[in-house]
Amino acid sequence: MKFGVVVFPGSNCDRDVAYVTGDLLQQPTRMIWHEETDITDLDVVIIPGGFSYGDYLRCGAIARFSPVMQRVVEHAQQGKFVLGICNGFQVLTEAGLLPGALVRNRDLHFICDRVPVKVERSDSPWTQSYSSGQIITLPIAHGEGRFYADRRTLQQIEGNGQVLFRYEGENRNGSMNNIAGICNRQGNVLGMMPHPERASDPMLGGTDGLKLFQGLLERVAAIA
Amino acid sequence: MLRKYRATIYVTLRPSVLDPAGTAVQSGLSHLGYDDVEQVRIGKYIEVTLIADDEKTAQEQVDRICDRVLANPVIENYRFDLKEVSVEMGAST
Repeated sequence: MKFGVVVFPGSNCDRDVAYVTGDLLQQPTRMIWHEETDITDLDVVIIPGGFSYGDYLRCGAIARFSPVMQRVVEHAQQGKFVLGICNGFQVLTEAGLLPGALVRNRDLHFICDRVPVKVERSDSPWTQSYSSGQIITLPIAHGEGRFYADRRTLQQIEGNGQVLFRYEGENRNGSMNNIAGICNRQGNVLGMMPHPERASDPMLGGTDGLKLFQGLLERVAAIA
Repeated sequence: MLRKYRATIYVTLRPSVLDPAGTAVQSGLSHLGYDDVEQVRIGKYIEVTLIADDEKTAQEQVDRICDRVLANPVIENYRFDLKEVSVEMGAST
């Protein structure tokens, strides 16, 4: 399974993600510069965290118009996997691949912590290595992670079962319905504010995030 | 003939979106004794200068720019004023 990690000017979690897929999981992984226009060799595209284009205007607003993003949209339309983490989640909502938006945290603070997150369902390719309702611990690090959608959109997201991750207990950033991560209707595009790649190497104090990547590999192995 | 226009654009959070920064400023004002301030909402002000054939074209262009880039319709509203600026004035600013 071949992974590609998009690198925008200002991305800063790109190498962490590549370390997980390339080193820990031994999968072919390459970096995708934001000006690239051919990503047809990839099975999974990951848009990492960071501050793409300095987060100017709005988080993810300018990254959305970089040359590679049109290809990422096509990649998603073909049913292939796209994962946006943190700033990557913001980019995916700006690009219209996921509904809603991420706005300023309720209490205005940049929050850098490890938080309990509930896995809502385990029948998605992203969460099949977890059990439904399982509480895992993942790092968060964001100033603009409060999920917002209008009432109707929120109802649709919930009704379709698109919420895969929810903050458990305290809702640190004020997200609607405690939403931490959602997928698109088809399920092949996931955006999440917590950082699974920062919870994959036991040296860093937790491996709850690794299962997300492992689950994806099992899925593909099952199809093959 | 090509003309030069300046758009002054206001991007504001939709009323349904909580504005914690505005609330913080309101609380600061209240500490200063401005208790009669009911609400503060913070938005963005953007100036765009562009060349167009006529005002209608400029209007349409700015509207598209706002809708596609400057505002995110999921969370923000926008409005703008458009003025023709003379080339002399444009050169001096």
